[in-house]
Amino acid sequence: MVLAGMTALGVATALVLTAFRDNIVFFYSPSDIQTKHVAPGQRIRIGGLVEAKSVVREGNTTEFVVTDKAHDLKVRYTGLLPDLFREGQGVVANGKLGPGGIFIADEVLAKHDEKYMPPEVVDALKKTGHWEEGATR
Amino acid sequence: MIAETGHFAMILALAVALVQGTLPLVGAQRNHLPWMAMAGPAALAQCLLAAIAFFSLMTAHIVSDFSVLNVVQNSHSAKPMLYKVAGVWGNHEGSLLLWIFILTVYGAAVALFGRNLPAGLRARVLAVQAWIAIGFLLFTLLTSNPFVRVDPAPADGQGLNPLLQDPGLAFHPPFLYLGYVGFSMAFAFAIAALIEGRVDPAWARWVRPWTLVAWCFLTTGIAMGSWWAYYTLGWGGWWYWDPVENASFMPWLAGTALLHSAIVVEKRDSLKSWTILLAILTFTLSLLGTFLVRSGVLTSVHAFASDPARGIFILAFLVLVVGGSLVLFAVRAPTLQSGGLFAPLSREGALVLNNLLLATACGTVLLGTLYPLLLDAITGEKVSVGPPFFNAVFIPLMVPLIGALAIGPLLAWKRGDLAGAIGRLKAAFAFAAIMALGTWWWLSNGPLLAVLGMALVGWLAVGVLVELAERLRLFRVPLAESWARARHLPRATYGMSIAHFGVALVVLGIAASGTWQSDYLGVLKPGQTVTVGPYDFTLQSVGPVPGPNYQAMRGTFLVSRDGQPVAVMQPETRRYPVPPMDTTSSALRATPIADLYAVIGEPDGKGGYAARLYHKPLVSWIWLGAMVMVLGGLVSLSDRRHRVGAPSRRKGALAGAAVEAARA
Repeated sequence: MVLAGMTALGVATALVLTAFRDNIVFFYSPSDIQTKHVAPGQRIRIGGLVEAKSVVREGNTTEFVVTDKAHDLKVRYTGLLPDLFREGQGVVANGKLGPGGIFIADEVLAKHDEKYMPPEVVDALKKTGHWEEGATR
Repeated sequence: MIAETGHFAMILALAVALVQGTLPLVGAQRNHLPWMAMAGPAALAQCLLAAIAFFSLMTAHIVSDFSVLNVVQNSHSAKPMLYKVAGVWGNHEGSLLLWIFILTVYGAAVALFGRNLPAGLRARVLAVQAWIAIGFLLFTLLTSNPFVRVDPAPADGQGLNPLLQDPGLAFHPPFLYLGYVGFSMAFAFAIAALIEGRVDPAWARWVRPWTLVAWCFLTTGIAMGSWWAYYTLGWGGWWYWDPVENASFMPWLAGTALLHSAIVVEKRDSLKSWTILLAILTFTLSLLGTFLVRSGVLTSVHAFASDPARGIFILAFLVLVVGGSLVLFAVRAPTLQSGGLFAPLSREGALVLNNLLLATACGTVLLGTLYPLLLDAITGEKVSVGPPFFNAVFIPLMVPLIGALAIGPLLAWKRGDLAGAIGRLKAAFAFAAIMALGTWWWLSNGPLLAVLGMALVGWLAVGVLVELAERLRLFRVPLAESWARARHLPRATYGMSIAHFGVALVVLGIAASGTWQSDYLGVLKPGQTVTVGPYDFTLQSVGPVPGPNYQAMRGTFLVSRDGQPVAVMQPETRRYPVPPMDTTSSALRATPIADLYAVIGEPDGKGGYAARLYHKPLVSWIWLGAMVMVLGGLVSLSDRRHRVGAPSRRKGALAGAAVEAARA
């Protein structure tokens, strides 16, 4: 029985390690993308505020600019945007960096309600000194 | 007045809990019967007080008493009555009060139905329950009092998050809590057994029905949550491996393992320390779930508030509970005598395999859920661990579990005959092969996972039927004899078969909906038609519609198949003024064969509307299967042997009869 337990543990560890290596997604703010090297094609998660008047819709594809008030990042997404996607509000997106530095998102997450701001975005804004306590709460 | 009554009742409940947590415990140590006997009435009093507090808050919500802060923040006079009631637990403070109320109901149940428990065990169990109640009452009173007044009272409230204004979700938290808190029973029994240093089959007979009750509630609660996410959030999926979902799934995995290991304790007087540990871990994971969800560590619809004081309190409570019980376990576990080793190829061996796989799965979910939190705390790096991780880890663990699920019940206790069991499963094997080849042919060598999934469905579903047929000796003895056997089979056996069959149905729903789903994502103008699966969707019109407390934009789709109209589907986007928020209300046409699912989104400014249309074959079986599992649990609960206290009562009756006979 001990043997069976150890085997299960070993298999589980192996599974977890492989899965971790392939499936963990790191978060980058627009400033991080400027300063840290991100390999094109690597799956990452980005976030910040949707810049005002930057949203352009073309059929099913939307382009917008995500900013942390220090740097900007252009994002392209094809699909239905979440209900609470708004200019000037926080957003998080999963995807890959494409050619020309455009972030090709395959998933866009906005918050569940007006009060909520993605914590990654809060941190990113705090780093650039543009976080206003209580502004979105 | 009503708020003060509730507040005062909570304080009184705390006082009663303090008495219930100390005197019976001391009494049990010193074998002082009157002190032990105090536990029962104290538990009833505590339940009554918690009920007063809970229904005071509910009254404040129902009459929209906007002088109570909790009502102001979470209610609105224009809200439908159902959501005024549901709003009581649709917020942090109120949900804690519900937690406490449910906990005291379980405590009262022990007091009422546990009259034939050994006095010491009963006193200790209720004392442990009281300590859990003390923790939560203190937490609520000190950091999250739901009865705080505001002065001056505003004219109207801020409303409930519209996403939560849904009948499915109205009952999701109570069921989840009935599950979470139900595991506190197993925990209290485990701690009491550790204090006594004794675990025997009678103990397991007591723990099993309580765990089963909790498990049924938790399964229902999770299924409701998943169903809600499926059709309210408008994402079209049914499970996202979201940390909040995982928080409820981990106690479920551990609780499922506990259900099975308690059987081994009862039947074979073995696996005692492991079962105790599992009982502790299951409740710990329930607490962790509450902590993760309520503290604001995780962000989602469930994270109502992120007040650091609250997070620290729950964390401290968690450390105390986990640390304390594990220390007690480490000290006492070696004294628990086990009923000896057993052969790996036996029913109990199969149950151990079940436990290993479930516990491992639970561990990996825990790791995947906590890893981002830990990494953020230690290095400040932000990562997310999403569905690809969980699928990569979880599926390889579930496949052998389901494979073994068909074999286990066919093995005998003590020494099983694996070759014989597999031999008897020939029909299941054949059916699995047919399902696999059929899927393979249909998909023209499609994804391997789909083929494997369908094969598992065939294997398990037929395996369950074969096992039942074996018990009835169907077709090997005259039908009348099989019928007689069927009537005498214990209900717990039927319960097991039904629950396992439910697992097969869930797997069917998961595999089929993932494999044969078709969808359309794009922009549609009124009058346009698109084909999704075998159906044609025509967007007929889009127009504004007023709702009771929102404004909706409704799209009307005519759905037809081969030119024959099938249904009219009307998805909406709704704009709520209080609190200001937009939600998507999908249109769903659910049938056992397939679900049709339509979502309408924003206009593109050129006369078109974003739309999402799905055809999902057999997807309903995910939830129907979960309900079948719950049904299995309920049938098993109705077994006389499981009826709380029945075995000892019968023994008592027998003893009484013997005394009578001796007198005569």
